[in-house]
Amino acid sequence: MRNLSAKWSGDRIELAAMFAFLAAVILFFSIAAPNFLSLGIFRSMAFQLPELGLLTLAMFIPIIAGGLNLAVTFSANICGLAAAFVVQSALMNHGIVAIPAALLISIFTGLVIGMLIGAMVAYVGAHPILVTLGAMILLRGIGETVTRGGDISGMPDVFEVIGHGSLFGIPVPMIIFLAAVGLCFYIMQFTKLGFSIHMVGSNPKAALFSGINVNRVLVWVYGLSGALSGLAGFLMLTRFNSVRVGHGESYLLITILACFLAGANPFGGFGRVLPLAVGLISLQVIASGMNLMGASQHLATVAWGAFLIVVMAVRAPFQTKS
Amino acid sequence: MTDYALKAENITQKFGAFSALKNVSFDLKVGEVHCLAGENGCGKSTLIKVINGVHRPEPGARIGFGSGQSAGHITPSDAKRNGVHVIWQDLAVFPDLTVAENITFDSFVASPLKPVGSRDRKRRVNEIIARLDIDLDPDELVGNLSIAKRQLVAICRVLDADAKIIFMDEPTASLTRKETESLLRIVRRLSAAGISVVFVSHRLAEVLDVCERVTVLRDGNLVGTYPTEGMSQKKLSKLMTGMDVHEEPRGPQTFGETAIEVKGLTRRGEFADVSFAVRRGEILGLTGLMGSGRTEIALTLFGMNKADAGQILLEGKPVSFGSNKDAIAAGIAYVSEDRLNLGLIQNQSIINNTAITVLDDLADPPVFLAPSRLSQLCTSWIARLKTKVSDPRLPVSVLSGGNQQRIVLAKWLATNPKVLILDAPTVGVDVGAKAGIFEIVRDLAATGMSIILISDEASEIHTHADRCLILRNGRIHQQLDPADVDEEKLEELINA
Repeated sequence: MRNLSAKWSGDRIELAAMFAFLAAVILFFSIAAPNFLSLGIFRSMAFQLPELGLLTLAMFIPIIAGGLNLAVTFSANICGLAAAFVVQSALMNHGIVAIPAALLISIFTGLVIGMLIGAMVAYVGAHPILVTLGAMILLRGIGETVTRGGDISGMPDVFEVIGHGSLFGIPVPMIIFLAAVGLCFYIMQFTKLGFSIHMVGSNPKAALFSGINVNRVLVWVYGLSGALSGLAGFLMLTRFNSVRVGHGESYLLITILACFLAGANPFGGFGRVLPLAVGLISLQVIASGMNLMGASQHLATVAWGAFLIVVMAVRAPFQTKS
Repeated sequence: MTDYALKAENITQKFGAFSALKNVSFDLKVGEVHCLAGENGCGKSTLIKVINGVHRPEPGARIGFGSGQSAGHITPSDAKRNGVHVIWQDLAVFPDLTVAENITFDSFVASPLKPVGSRDRKRRVNEIIARLDIDLDPDELVGNLSIAKRQLVAICRVLDADAKIIFMDEPTASLTRKETESLLRIVRRLSAAGISVVFVSHRLAEVLDVCERVTVLRDGNLVGTYPTEGMSQKKLSKLMTGMDVHEEPRGPQTFGETAIEVKGLTRRGEFADVSFAVRRGEILGLTGLMGSGRTEIALTLFGMNKADAGQILLEGKPVSFGSNKDAIAAGIAYVSEDRLNLGLIQNQSIINNTAITVLDDLADPPVFLAPSRLSQLCTSWIARLKTKVSDPRLPVSVLSGGNQQRIVLAKWLATNPKVLILDAPTVGVDVGAKAGIFEIVRDLAATGMSIILISDEASEIHTHADRCLILRNGRIHQQLDPADVDEEKLEELINA
C-alpha cells in the first residue's frame, strides 16, 4: 500500500489529473458541439495554441525559480520587431535564408533581454515583480516609439511555410511548440541547471550555502524565459506577417494562471512541464469548442476563467502542503 | 494545603491512529516554576495545546483551573479567562510596532477604537516594565530589539493580558548565558507574584535550578513528575531518553600532517588576528559566546566572506576563495548552525538535499543529470550513516532533527572534504540522537578528516574535542587541552 501510494505520488497524479481534465473537456464538446471531433478543428487548434503555449513556458521557468516574468509578451513583440527590422532591411530577396535568420535574431534578442532582467534580479536583488514590471513597461515604450504605435508588416512570402505550413500533416507552429516543450522538460528534469532552478526556487539561501551559484542560475532562468518569448515573437511574426507591439498582451495573466493550473507552486521550487502542456491543450480545446458552438470570444474568456477556478478548487485538497 | 493553579488528569490525545498523549496527568501549583521536559515529539506541545484549548482530548480527561470546576476539555476562551498564556519560541511579536503597542496588543484588539497611544495604555506599559524592573523603552520599534528583549516584550504582553499561567516554549534556545540569567531572574519575580510559569525545554542545565518540579514526557507517556532537588542533568537525560547516554572523552590520539592552517586571519568588525592549525584526524573545538566570531570565522574559511587580512593554507598551500564553490572544490565543508534555513532545503526531497553539493560529479555527460544516479547516491549515504528514512522522495522536513542532521552530513561527506566544519551540529537534535551524530564525527576523524567543531556547549567540547580554542570578542582568548580542565571549569571559561 505504502509502495503504491509512493509510486503514484506527486508528479504522476498531477499528470493523470491534467489528462483527466483534458478528456472531460473533449468529451463535453464532442457532445455539445456535434462536428467538434474533426481533423479540421484539431488542425486549427494546433495553429492557435503555440503562441500562448510558448509564452506560458517562458512564464513557467521563472515561477519555478521563485520569481515571475511579467515582460514575456512585450519581450516577444520586441524580438519579433528586431527580426522584422533585419529581414526587411537586408533579407527581403534572399529567399529561405530569411527564416533561420529571423529565428536566430528573435531568440538571441530574447536571450539578451532575459539575461539583463536576470542580472537585475540576481545582482541588484530587486524583487522579480518590480524588475520585470519595469522591463515590461520599458519594452512596450521602446516598441511603441519605434513603430509609432502601428504595425510593421510585409514579410517575405517564405514565412508562410512556418506560420501556416504543415509537416506530415502537423502544423509547423505546433512542431515548434512541442520541440520547446521537449527541451524545457529535458532542461528542468535532467540537467544541473534544471535541478538548481528548483532548489533556488525553494530556498535561495540554502542553495547558495550548498555551493550553487544562485546568481548565475537566475541569469539563466530569465535568459531562457526571454529566449522562449523570442521564439513566441518569431511565431507571431510568421503567422500574422506583421508585428504589432501589444499583440498577445492579453495572454499575460493567463500564462501565470496556466502555470498554477498545472500545479506549479506559487512560492517556487515545484512544478512540472508535462502537466503544463496538457493543461494548455485543455484551454485551447475550450476556446475552439466554444467558438464552434457559435459563442463569442469573450464568452470563451469566461469559460477559461471558470475552468481555471474549478481546477484550482478540485486540486486544493490534494496539493502538497509545505 | 497547596493551592493548584491547574490540574489536568487522564489526558489522551489522538490524531488519527496516532496517540500523541496517553493518559497523561499534569498539575501546577500557584506561583510554581515548573519544567516540562522531553525530546522532540514526546507530546510537550500537544499537552500545551490541550491546556490552551486548541486540541480537544479524548473523553475521560479532567482539566480544572484554580478552585473552579473541572471539565472534559477546555475552549480557547476558557483558557483565556483563566489567564493561560503561551509564549511560543518564535515569540509572535510585531516587529513594525513599538514596544508599547506590542505589549497592549490584546487590549487593543479587544477595543480597537481606543487610540493606541492613550495615556491609560502608556501608564499600564510603564507599570509593567517597572514591576519587572527591566530596561525597555516603550517607544522603541520591536524590530530593532535583540531576541532577548523581544522575549521581554512577549512576557510583558501576557502580563498586560493578566496572565496567571505562562507556558514558555524553549525560552533559552537563542539566549546567551547572561540573557538567560536575567530571564530567570524575571521568572522568579513572576513566581513571587503568584504567577505560575512552565518552562518547556530540552536544554536543561540552566532551567533546573529555577524550577521546583519537573514533569518528563516520553513518546506521549508520562514518565513522572519529580522535585528538581537532587535531580542532575544526567539523570534527567536518562528519564527523557530512556537510555543511559554516557560518552567517554576521546583520550589522546595521534594525528597526521597539518590539513588546514590559518595565519593572522582578520575580518573587520568580526574577528581579528586569528591563527590556528588543524591536523589530519584532529577535532578542534572552537567555542565562545554568540558574537565572539566563531561562526564568522567558519563562514570565511568556507569562502562565503572574504578576509581583510591573513592567510588560509590548505595542506601547506595558500588558497583564496572567490566563493564557497571554490572552498568546496578545495575540500572544505560547512555544516551550518541553521539547519532549518541554510543547512537543508526543507520542502525538497531527501534525495535532492543529498545530491545538491555534488551535481558536477553526478552529471555524466555534463549535460545529463540522471535521476537514478541521484537516488543511488542518496540510498548509499542513508545506509552508511544509518539514517532512518522511509522514502527518500519525501521532503526532508519529515525527518527528525537527528536524521536531518545525518542528511546534512551526507551531503557534505559526498563532496569528500578534507576539512569538515561543524557549526553547532546538535542544535535541535534530541539527547539520544546527539550521541549518534558524534559517533559519526569520531569515525570521520579516525579516517583522517580534520574537524572543526564549533559549539557553545561545554560538555560537547569537553567530550569530543582534542584541543579547544576559546574566542572572545573576535580574538583567540585561550587555547587549552580539554583533558586539563573539568567540564564546569570549561563552561566558566566560555561564559566569562
